Amino acid sequence: MSDSTAYFFWDLGQYLINGITQGSIYALVALGYTMVYGIIKLINFAHGEFYMVGAFTGFFLIHSGVPFFLAMPLAMLGSGLAAVIVERLVYRPIRSAGRIPALITALGVSLFLQYLGQNLLGADPRSFPDALGTKTYYLGELMISSTQIIIIITTIVLMLFLRWLVTSTKIGKAMRATSFSMDAAELMGINTDRVISFTFFVGAALAGAAGVLVGMYYNTVEPMMGLIPGLKAFVAAVLGGIGIIPGAVVGGLVLGIAENLVVGFWVSTYRDAIAFGILILILLIKPAGLLGKNTREKV
Amino acid sequence: MQIFDYLTPLAMNIGVFIILAVSLNLINGMCGQFSLGHAGFWAVGAYTGAAYSVYFAPTALPDFINLFIACGIGFSCAALSGVIIGVPCLRLRGDYLAIATLGFGEIIRIVIMNMDVVGGPRGFTNIPHWSNIFWIYLWVLITIVFVANLLSGTHGRAIISIREDEIAAEAMGINTFKYKTLAFVIGAGFAGVAGALFAHAQQFLHPNGFTFMWSVIILLMIILGGLGSITGSVIGAVVLTILPELLRFMGETVSQWRMVIYSVLLILLMLLRPAGIFGKRELNILKLLGLKRESYHG
Repeated sequence: MSDSTAYFFWDLGQYLINGITQGSIYALVALGYTMVYGIIKLINFAHGEFYMVGAFTGFFLIHSGVPFFLAMPLAMLGSGLAAVIVERLVYRPIRSAGRIPALITALGVSLFLQYLGQNLLGADPRSFPDALGTKTYYLGELMISSTQIIIIITTIVLMLFLRWLVTSTKIGKAMRATSFSMDAAELMGINTDRVISFTFFVGAALAGAAGVLVGMYYNTVEPMMGLIPGLKAFVAAVLGGIGIIPGAVVGGLVLGIAENLVVGFWVSTYRDAIAFGILILILLIKPAGLLGKNTREKV
Repeated sequence: MQIFDYLTPLAMNIGVFIILAVSLNLINGMCGQFSLGHAGFWAVGAYTGAAYSVYFAPTALPDFINLFIACGIGFSCAALSGVIIGVPCLRLRGDYLAIATLGFGEIIRIVIMNMDVVGGPRGFTNIPHWSNIFWIYLWVLITIVFVANLLSGTHGRAIISIREDEIAAEAMGINTFKYKTLAFVIGAGFAGVAGALFAHAQQFLHPNGFTFMWSVIILLMIILGGLGSITGSVIGAVVLTILPELLRFMGETVSQWRMVIYSVLLILLMLLRPAGIFGKRELNILKLLGLKRESYHG
């Protein structure tokens, strides 16, 4: 094997590692999108902002000396509560008005949280404290940082927890029933309002965890940080099949890897255009997503 | 007079936003296709129009003819990108269409950001100052008359029927795809004209001046005025262009909170009065003056 081929493979490996890290973050955020969409058919534009809320909660907690392993669940709690409040005040009254009004409202909530954050916290990025002391490990030519390992492990743990929550608990069963048919679930005595609130809580908590992880990975937090990752996570959710929980994970990983490969081997300035390109392709070729089934529209 | 130095650019901005709002209303309000990429078409028109006047405009021609050509080029290029984007995207419905158009709007911005000919991230400078109140409001008039006439004819009825019920419209033999594309392309084209006029008024363009936020602001204008009402779009554009200026008088802090106020306004509108100020009604000047008898427009 010649030198250049060897370098090609080392580069490929490196981009794959970075892609999987990035993809895990997208997957965590995409899970919230997909759960909320699955249950009330709403594209929750404000989801990226819950990720921002989580990141800032983590930032302030770690800054005031709270250890990382405590700050993480607290940040998840913070973003989850923010989502429950937003759901109760805004989304619940608009739910019966149809999908487009709900979408516009979600857009409003997203802008509100972004600019509120910008006014309260200042627009400048802040540096995230290095809570755990980043180390870098070398495997041949490959570089893996301890932060990347933590991101991947945390993501796996949270996903296993989510899987357990949805498949083996009573509230998980209620969630599946509500997303299958809200009316029927209500007739069976399920308090669907509470189930929807809980879904928002879980989704936003996952996004909050992703926010803290990203803060550690890139060392910065800022009020606008949720916009682009939020949109990309939505792309990930659509890519995997929106409403399908394993789909969000697949979509997130595929998107993260694709993005890093394109950026690494081709052009870096088009980073943000890749996700939207993928979105448009998937909507045209297989709108139901990689894991989805096509449904016909009936009158 | 100093006051005119302040009011003239404001009035020109209002004109540009009226064109943008009326053209977006054709897509969102009349045809019911929820597009979130209007700032992208605006940018295409602005950059192509400006590129014409900076690189190609013959100096032998008078300025206003060159401006007219720039507007024409802005219209054609924006309409062409409307075809390129609309043909694949309009097969999607509702919220999917919203996201796809949003994505295209951002892609347009990123592409411009990477084009060195038009300044890329440095911005496009040295655009001649050819726009003035007269030419901008002439185009406002052209846009409004064109859209109003379109809507009262066969094509307009077909477009409105798609908003009311797409499946029923198709069952009545209307080629829904054709009319959706038509509305989308005309809307995009006029956004391009607004862009060309805007470029020659500002003399400076930057890709970050055409972010997703502006698509939302234009959307807020037509929702405030009333989705489906041309009068409403005009009022919405006027109100939301003057409002930040008024906020500026109330002090620096208030104008910083502009976007927060806008987003709260958007949420409250959706919760309390989703139909906006005018709903789908129009204010007809001729009718108001008693020159035209009550007619039965849907």
